[in-house]
Amino acid sequence: MTLSDTGLLVTVLSGYLGAGKTTLVNQMLRQANGKRLAIMVNEFGDLPIDADLIEAEGDDLIALAGGCVCCSYGDDLIAALGQMAAMQPPPDHIILEASGVALPAAIASSLGLMPGIKTAGVVVLADVGLIEGQLANDYIGDTVARQLGAADLVVLTKTDIAGPSQVLRAGKAVAKHCGDALILEAAQGQLALDLVLHPQRLAVYEAGSPHGSGKGLNTRVETPEGPVDAETYARALAQRPEVIRAKGHVQTPQGVRTIQVVAEQWEVRDPPRDAQVGVVIISLDATPIRQPENA
Amino acid sequence: MITIFKARKIITMNPAHAHTTHVAVRDGRILGTGLLEDLAGWGDYTLDEQFADKVLMPGLIEAHSHLMEGSLWAYTYVGYFDRMSPEGDMQKGCKNLADVLAKLKEAEAKIEDPDEAMPAWSLDPIYFDNVRVTRHDLDQVSSTRPIGIMHASGHIMNVNSKALELAGLLRTGVNHDGVPLGADGMPLGELKGPDVMTPVSPHVGFDRDMLACDETGMQRFGKLCVRAGVTTATDLASKLPDEVVNLFADVTSRANYPTRIVSLRYHHGISPEDLIAHAEELKTKSTDMLRLGKIKVVVDGSIQGFSARLREPGYFNGAPNGLWYISPEHLAYILENALAKGIHVNTHTNGDQATQLVIETMTAALLKHPSPDHRFVLQHCQLADAAQFRKIAKLGLCVNLFANHHFYWGDEHYKLTVGPERAERMNAAGTALREGVPLAIHSDAPITPLGPLFTGWCAVNRLTASGRTLGEADKISVAEALHAITLGAAYTLHMDQEIGSIEAGKRADFAVLENDPEEIGGDALKDVAVWGTVQGGRIFPVADL
Repeated sequence: MTLSDTGLLVTVLSGYLGAGKTTLVNQMLRQANGKRLAIMVNEFGDLPIDADLIEAEGDDLIALAGGCVCCSYGDDLIAALGQMAAMQPPPDHIILEASGVALPAAIASSLGLMPGIKTAGVVVLADVGLIEGQLANDYIGDTVARQLGAADLVVLTKTDIAGPSQVLRAGKAVAKHCGDALILEAAQGQLALDLVLHPQRLAVYEAGSPHGSGKGLNTRVETPEGPVDAETYARALAQRPEVIRAKGHVQTPQGVRTIQVVAEQWEVRDPPRDAQVGVVIISLDATPIRQPENA
Repeated sequence: MITIFKARKIITMNPAHAHTTHVAVRDGRILGTGLLEDLAGWGDYTLDEQFADKVLMPGLIEAHSHLMEGSLWAYTYVGYFDRMSPEGDMQKGCKNLADVLAKLKEAEAKIEDPDEAMPAWSLDPIYFDNVRVTRHDLDQVSSTRPIGIMHASGHIMNVNSKALELAGLLRTGVNHDGVPLGADGMPLGELKGPDVMTPVSPHVGFDRDMLACDETGMQRFGKLCVRAGVTTATDLASKLPDEVVNLFADVTSRANYPTRIVSLRYHHGISPEDLIAHAEELKTKSTDMLRLGKIKVVVDGSIQGFSARLREPGYFNGAPNGLWYISPEHLAYILENALAKGIHVNTHTNGDQATQLVIETMTAALLKHPSPDHRFVLQHCQLADAAQFRKIAKLGLCVNLFANHHFYWGDEHYKLTVGPERAERMNAAGTALREGVPLAIHSDAPITPLGPLFTGWCAVNRLTASGRTLGEADKISVAEALHAITLGAAYTLHMDQEIGSIEAGKRADFAVLENDPEEIGGDALKDVAVWGTVQGGRIFPVADL
């Protein structure tokens, strides 16, 4: 895929204050590996980017290692997005960090109004130690629930400092609000960059427990080269013993089709209207995610 | 150089000296009030009798307006109500869509460049049975130039096909709640909410930063103030970058500028830490005519936009609860640090849940930083109930209620947004005073026209545009209304030691009136004619504007 046929992709990164958005952003930058990521934050505040990644700082724009940038959009997101899109060369992908009380669904649909900009999806972070209390809070409970409701991918954070029962409880609480979003655990932002760049929903049959860990399970997005036969492709995935689940959209000679794989079963369906090609695959074949020290 | 002004009547707002006929002024300050012989002892004076048949009041104070009211007059006014322009041209209200289109065509014919954008403002289809205005309507005005009309509420914009085309939105496949589509799948040109207005507004000639004001706008704002008898007005939400501060300082320092401007630093788009630091820095740049260093925090949205945060039982029409524009954590940080550093904070809360959050956050913040005279202000605070007003009084908070709202949108609140009972308690000025809450009332100009005497009339009568009385028990007296637009407002600004009443030592700021607001009767308070103002001893007749 080239930029011209898809537009500049934007992932909306949401989650209440302290959910770990900044930690995740820094991890994504460490995995960029040549991809030119543009990080957009509401305001710089306490500088959100790890010092070792920063090459040069301006008032509204920070130049980062590997051609990445970080900018603050303040109260004019549209203007800032326009500036990002006009950069030469344009960034490969924008990660838009929403403010803690913003509704990502509203941001995502507003992005759709910008020519040349396309929403890649919504990633919502939830601190396993705090999410239940936040959902029960009189003031912010409905806001947090609406954030989760817009998620394509929910990332449970700070799982390393919580016990397994708390992670499970948090996962159940989140699952009540996030529909068929994929729920993954990721302590310290340990999540594959591809998942953030192409978050996709996976139907949840057993609502409740997290679908895996961003570290333990290997979750990745695969985009087949050229047109494939959807049935053949899905069957091949289902026959691979390490593949636990897969869902996404593939290009076939007849157009885009949606495939879904659960263990050894698969199905092929008509795609939703705005389907983008790409298949999320969760497998046991764990590939270690790059650690900060060896980035 | 002492001038003693003689007036038919001077309403001082100083209970020890409530009414008198003369006021002595030296170097922009009041030496005293009384009979001529009481004042003669100050020394040689000039007796100025031009107000001998006028009534003087303390210069009126608009404690919630925006300088943007001045800049909007560069655009075509298409509101429903007659509205006086800064230059004194009474613009007739547009009573139906045909009127709107006719006025736009007239304005359009005067623009030579066929591609030049044409912004207009104050459309309110509520008064045309909510008929939906579409791009096809506006295309009748021009198909070559982009046209955009901001609604009176400030929350919706209508644009023509050219504007949509320039914004890249004249296409199918637009999927957004705020962009209604026609039968052909194309946007109809109605843009609901700031999220969808901002991509289009620059194409139709509205500034990206809608709250910004230029020099011409400031001059126009000053003229509107003189027409309304206002000598001090707030600019309630500005980002206040250096160039804006320099412009404000320059314009307000001129000998012919008639209004003291109090401009508040808006919280949005900046970290709470930077906000506090910026407010402290701004405070050092204050002058007599430009007051800086206060903070405005917007907590929720608006009731008619269904973005205000409501407690149970929520919106009357079942709309989901509104939006937070700040997290409770950031609000707490700002309130605590502002209390610790003596920075004055004004919070915008429309819904009663947002008000409750401020009440609870202030309760905790005051335990950490006890502050006997903070006077933080709840702006709008439209839906507060009696229990909330009791807490507000106990916490030392003030309120500045949106009295004009009843007149312009009370019928909508009754029928649609909050239902009859809560519509009746909106902007409960009577309750606020009974519970001992310091009270100001406001226009939020340009949302409604600048005019404290009209605002006073709204609080006294609580009438809607259709003639319904909303909340008999919350009406206030004329005397209470006059206090709210003078000394009451001054108190909420921490300025009652220098403005708000006519007494020795205070600024020589007067509203010069043709009629006596104490005699004309509450139902005619809005009809009091304004001759002009005296500001810091300088005379500004409306006739000379």
